[in-house]
Amino acid sequence: MSESRINASNGSSNVTTTVLGADEIILNMGPQHPSTHGVLRVKLKLDGERVVGSECVIGYLHRGVEKIAEHRSYQQFAPYVDRMDYVAAVSNGLGYCEAVEKLLGTEAPPRARVVRTILTELQRIASHLLWLGPHALDIGALTPVFYCFREREEILKIFEKYCGARLTTHAFRIGGLQYETYDGFEQDVKRFCEDFDKKVDEYETLLTENRIWVGRTKGVGILSAQDAIALGVTGPVLRASGMKWDIRKAMPYAAYDQYEWEIPTRPTGDTYDRYLVRMEEMRQSRRICLQAIENIPSGPIMARIGKVLKPPPGEVYHSIEAPKGELGYYIVSDGTTQAYRTRVRPPSFINLQAFDKMARGALVADVVAIIGTIDIVLGEVDR
Amino acid sequence: MNHVIPPSIQAYVLPVLYGVVVVALLPLLAGYIVLLERKVMADMQARLGPMRVGPHGLLQPIADALKLLIKEDIVPEKADRFLFWCAPVLSVTMALLAYAAIPFGPVFQIADLNVGLLFILAISSLGIYGIVLGGWASNSHYSLLGALRSAAQLVSYETAAGLALVSGLMLAGSLSMKDIVQAQYDQGVWFVFVVPVGFFIYLVGSIAETNRAPFDLPEAESELVAGYMTEYSGFRWALYFLGEYANMVVVAAIATTLFLGGWLRPFARYQDHLFGTSIELLDLLPTILFLAAAAYCFWLAPRQPVQIQKIVMALVGGLCLVLAAGMTGALFAPDAVRLGIHGAFWFLAKVFAYIYAFLWIRFTFPRYRFDQLMRLGWRFLIPLALVNVIVVGTTIVLQQNWEWRHPMLSAIVTTAIMLGVAAFLAREGSAPSEPAEVGEGN
Amino acid sequence: MNSLLFYFFSILAIASAILMVTRRNIVHGAVFLITTLLATAGIFLQLQAEFLFVVQIILYVGGIMVLFVFVIMLVNLDVSLHLVQFNRMKFVSTILAVVLAGHLFAAFWITRNSLNLGPRGEAMMQPRNTESVGQALFQNYMLPFEIASILLLVAMIGAVVMAKRKV
Repeated sequence: MSESRINASNGSSNVTTTVLGADEIILNMGPQHPSTHGVLRVKLKLDGERVVGSECVIGYLHRGVEKIAEHRSYQQFAPYVDRMDYVAAVSNGLGYCEAVEKLLGTEAPPRARVVRTILTELQRIASHLLWLGPHALDIGALTPVFYCFREREEILKIFEKYCGARLTTHAFRIGGLQYETYDGFEQDVKRFCEDFDKKVDEYETLLTENRIWVGRTKGVGILSAQDAIALGVTGPVLRASGMKWDIRKAMPYAAYDQYEWEIPTRPTGDTYDRYLVRMEEMRQSRRICLQAIENIPSGPIMARIGKVLKPPPGEVYHSIEAPKGELGYYIVSDGTTQAYRTRVRPPSFINLQAFDKMARGALVADVVAIIGTIDIVLGEVDR
Repeated sequence: MNHVIPPSIQAYVLPVLYGVVVVALLPLLAGYIVLLERKVMADMQARLGPMRVGPHGLLQPIADALKLLIKEDIVPEKADRFLFWCAPVLSVTMALLAYAAIPFGPVFQIADLNVGLLFILAISSLGIYGIVLGGWASNSHYSLLGALRSAAQLVSYETAAGLALVSGLMLAGSLSMKDIVQAQYDQGVWFVFVVPVGFFIYLVGSIAETNRAPFDLPEAESELVAGYMTEYSGFRWALYFLGEYANMVVVAAIATTLFLGGWLRPFARYQDHLFGTSIELLDLLPTILFLAAAAYCFWLAPRQPVQIQKIVMALVGGLCLVLAAGMTGALFAPDAVRLGIHGAFWFLAKVFAYIYAFLWIRFTFPRYRFDQLMRLGWRFLIPLALVNVIVVGTTIVLQQNWEWRHPMLSAIVTTAIMLGVAAFLAREGSAPSEPAEVGEGN
Repeated sequence: MNSLLFYFFSILAIASAILMVTRRNIVHGAVFLITTLLATAGIFLQLQAEFLFVVQIILYVGGIMVLFVFVIMLVNLDVSLHLVQFNRMKFVSTILAVVLAGHLFAAFWITRNSLNLGPRGEAMMQPRNTESVGQALFQNYMLPFEIASILLLVAMIGAVVMAKRKV
């Protein structure tokens, strides 16, 4: 094979432009690929079976959301944030609404905060279920995905009864909630939470102790804690590398400081640990939901902020613990009804940077597992 | 009939007839095994499976076959036309050829070779060419690599499976399939109870040989490297698919013959008769089973939502009743017919049980990565199979020479030794994948 | 019937052999070698040597030819498709082949009467071929058998050692 330099199309690339040896080839995965979970293109430099370099090409789903935000009022922009991490729309909404509330200097009333917590935790469970199904499917376990979707269906039914939509819910409003909880909300959530523990046991029976699963995920895609912090990785990926960091405990928002729950961490930072962390997170979310549903305070669901929002000039950065990591909103207001700049810190985008670190030295068959384990949503990566 | 057919070809009539029946029925059987797989998969995944085409999806295989037949036949431009045509045909032919030596019953066997088992193994090893040539003919680097990997996997696990068969063979003392079943009758025990470890090794080996999960990395869709089947569409792909499922039935048939007693009913030597008639009690089992199935269908029929489904359910129940009657009627028929029909029933029941195990395993476990697969084959299964042969052989010789009259004792001792060896080897076979180190060679 | 089958197998073997040596494409040549070996196995079966029949298929066709095919496909993927046959010696080689064929034919023709299968040959062609081969190998020819297996073991170890990148 002739030696040549890699010429990346946009002139810069993450892969060091070394001369291709006789055995190295570049393999292109995607953007249309059943396992890249969206329109992600991954260029892998392979030496035989081993990955020696990689480059993620993104932007196939870029819709200019942040630019659109400059021309929408604060309330008008709220539905757009759902479409970024479309798998966990409620969390996006929570982050944005709380950020704007911070900018306005108000807070949602207690009842709204508790209902927001319940819905956000349900959304976290739903997001993790949607992560687990396709991740297991990529590794070859054909059955868990159907069980996960069965449970996710229950949560989406609750959302539909609450706000009319299953996926892009726009469940929260700036200042609180628009809709009261429907009759039977507490019973539905309680019934779901009571059944859910057994269901998680079902998934664990199929996967956790299974030799093949352990063999495919242990030692694959290791990310050390220093690397994780250096790359700015957050969320379950960080917690699986040993760091006990959760924004719900570190900088509590909504009603998280009122409940008792644990932050799951694991020491090694391989795919198996990330799997265990997310399974435990589902159980902890259920715990929060059960505690929250016991006493939802009564009262108004909307703060008194008026219909036209003109926050005083200033800037705010507010972050929440989305299912995928730290979701941050940096909003700059210039005193008008439209924000001057809305910048989203998407967890998937930052976490994806760790892909190269994790993939080096892995086998080609592991790349699919590694992409799955970071839990990315391209809507968030590209915005 | 003897005066109609000239004596020189008399010996060939019945085998040719059986052969025609097998070749005609096999595609249908393979198609319905596909439907069975989809229904079982759906059941395990909390859903229903094909329901639309025909009642409960019973006509689905026919619809699939029709669709594949009328699809456009695409041949890649630079593909090797001769091999592109030849490869799927090879795959199916080898799968069908293996049926020549399989005993579906004491009567229904196309050819009772006295090296029957070895013949089937030989034909299975020819099936590799269908894969390798298919990958080559697609003129794609990745198809070729996938095909070669698949072939390497097949060869490795064939060795282990063959050695496992040897242990059962030593108990039978003959390579002829008929004699093997006869030996199980004579010894009064199915060989799976004497060499369960051998059966287990054969089970794992046969799953890998038919490229089924958890060993189906070469043909998994979510993997990067394309498999050998990617360039084939329409009827050619149907042939590959048919070959794969026919192969599944072949390995199930081998396992059934060698380990599960072939066409023998459970407790074949238990000869209690029914009220002084010549009917053996246990021979009524098929009748009872079919009656139970019919009762279940009739119970389900009024509960179906749609009229046509009610009728069809009732018809299926009626079919079960007819089969029950047939089974009972065969008890009064001359020996050959009775043995033939009941033998075929038990044989098929065991084959389907084995295939059900295949399906069950496919939908429960994730997939092995290729290097883990090869490691499992070479460092766990083959050593285990070798030790199995030695231990079983030693036990047989000791039994013969030292007059050990307790076959069960020897079976237990053998199994205990093998489990110990297996536990030791298991450390080797499941070493975790090396952590991500740059610069480590393959 | 027997002779019909014999003619079928032998014509198949000869035709495959001719096709094998005349193919431009190496992989086609390998496929025809496979058919030649299979036809030979059929002739073994006719000679009541059923064990040899199966072993021919398992070892030659299912083992050695797979090895050949692997090697052809893995090494020089592009080159193998475009190899030019050495055509310059066609004339001389045809003459030599004809001369050799003439010698063989003459040898068979001259000794046609003394070629007969004696009673020892008849005794060899017995149904229980597998057992006879097994007994011969493990009783009379035990030492050569063991030497052959050690030879194979050495070859396997050598191949693995040469192929590993890191010892």
